[in-house]
Amino acid sequence: MEMFIMSFTVFVLAIFVGFEIITKIPPTLHTPLMSGSNAISGITLVGAVVSTGTELWITTVLGFLSVVLASINVVGGFMVTNRMLAMFRKKS
Amino acid sequence: MYDIIINFSYLIASVLFIFGLKGLTHPRTAVRGNFLGACGMFLAVVVTLTDKHIVSYEYIILGIIIGSAIGAALAIKIEMTSMPELVALLNGFGGAASIFVAGAALIEGGSLTNSPVLQLTIATAASGLIGAVTFWGSLVAFGKLQGIISENAVVFSGQQIINALLAVVVLGLSVGVVLHPEVFSLYWVLVGVASILGVLLVIPIGGADMPVVVALLNSYSGLAAAATGFVLSNNVLIITGSLVGASGIILTHIMCKAMNRSLTNVLFGVMAAGGDGGPTADEVYGGKVKSASPEEVALLFDAARRVVIVPGYGMAVSQAQHPVASLASLLESRGATVEYAIHPVAGRMPGHMNVLMAEADVPYESLKDMDEINQTFDQVDVALVIGANDVVNPLARTDPSSPIAGMPIIDVDKAKTVVIIKRSLSPGFAGIPNPLFSLDNSLMLFGDGKKMVLDIITALKES
Repeated sequence: MEMFIMSFTVFVLAIFVGFEIITKIPPTLHTPLMSGSNAISGITLVGAVVSTGTELWITTVLGFLSVVLASINVVGGFMVTNRMLAMFRKKS
Repeated sequence: MYDIIINFSYLIASVLFIFGLKGLTHPRTAVRGNFLGACGMFLAVVVTLTDKHIVSYEYIILGIIIGSAIGAALAIKIEMTSMPELVALLNGFGGAASIFVAGAALIEGGSLTNSPVLQLTIATAASGLIGAVTFWGSLVAFGKLQGIISENAVVFSGQQIINALLAVVVLGLSVGVVLHPEVFSLYWVLVGVASILGVLLVIPIGGADMPVVVALLNSYSGLAAAATGFVLSNNVLIITGSLVGASGIILTHIMCKAMNRSLTNVLFGVMAAGGDGGPTADEVYGGKVKSASPEEVALLFDAARRVVIVPGYGMAVSQAQHPVASLASLLESRGATVEYAIHPVAGRMPGHMNVLMAEADVPYESLKDMDEINQTFDQVDVALVIGANDVVNPLARTDPSSPIAGMPIIDVDKAKTVVIIKRSLSPGFAGIPNPLFSLDNSLMLFGDGKKMVLDIITALKES
């Protein structure tokens, strides 16, 4: 239970941090914000990597699938966000 | 000691993600912010690779290589007009990844984490549920954006009842997973039923509401990651998931406000009340619409000191961004001020139009938000509306019975002259006529957006 309360505290506080920062992001950058948040939500990769590396074949399969999916999010998300942001920087 | 190093690295990664998002508060700092986020991710993954539960690396490496290659290909190839499709797809992948990670954790039975059993099982059920709804909902959204699935709201009788029943079944199965985590098949049945629910939740939503849905699914994908964080008692997942969840919720709210729709109306595919009582197209347009030639419009621009361009998605469809940007530079070189008025739902996702204009080398300082530019329209000589319709319809202000009543619009009708480039007088998503087209100070330029803008440029250069 203590563990859960700790995690839940982190969860709630992080939501507040999110609200504080994201309300300050101008509409011009809302699309890069979405693709960028796709990229960071690929953090599931961290869990996926551990599942893949374990001994059970079934968790290896599940882990492998999620490593592929999360890697698409991470690499695709950061790269496409960078591509968009570079267009905003070009002229200024 | 080992745990301390891992958790400390996760903390640094979380801080880097937060700084990364903070960088996005200004276009100047945004590229660096994105880089900081990528550094955070790199750190988190590298540290995780040292986890003592990992006995072999070949499938991890293979998975990362395959995923990275697909991700890189998508990121390089994607057209800016298709950005909503890509984001929808990535939302879905995020959801699916959560389903599999939580499923694997359930099978390992907590040997991978030190989560209490009850937290593990509840969070696993939540991951599977949210993940499946996100994945299938996103696939349907992707299909609708691509035109594979009908863009119109697919509504059938009893839809609400079926969804309610499915929701009850999903909740029941979730309780089952919590009570009997050892029966793995229950989890996969839960994922299956939640998948059907995901499809049915998005299928009734119409094309005009896609920006809301994509933003909402973005939020769900974050919540799925956070739920997986609870499964693994992993703070970096919880923090990141909450940040993404909060971001999606804020964007959803902004989109709903920009369309003056409540989230429930969007989700249940309900158009706003009214609609039948409004004037017909003949009553609005009958003999009052004036059409102009590109040469006449060029003369107007020649004399204009202050010009505002209102781009809509129709402009992007006819690939007119670059000609529009050239027209703006030409006018600026002749001493006029040119600004762009961007409605929040001008594109097909939040901020989409800004990206499309940035791609055409329009500096971001010239892209003005609706609220900012609306105060200045009485000083505008020419407002050029290209490919936009409902977002400049004055009925939103004047007719309380209209389906778009109360929707914030760009007040182009207050400019001295309004030029509207459009193929015909056909209505926009809202399906209603637009009195703007028949105002005394309005001129219609009928034709393809790109061709008309190029014709205006030619005429301007000749004059």
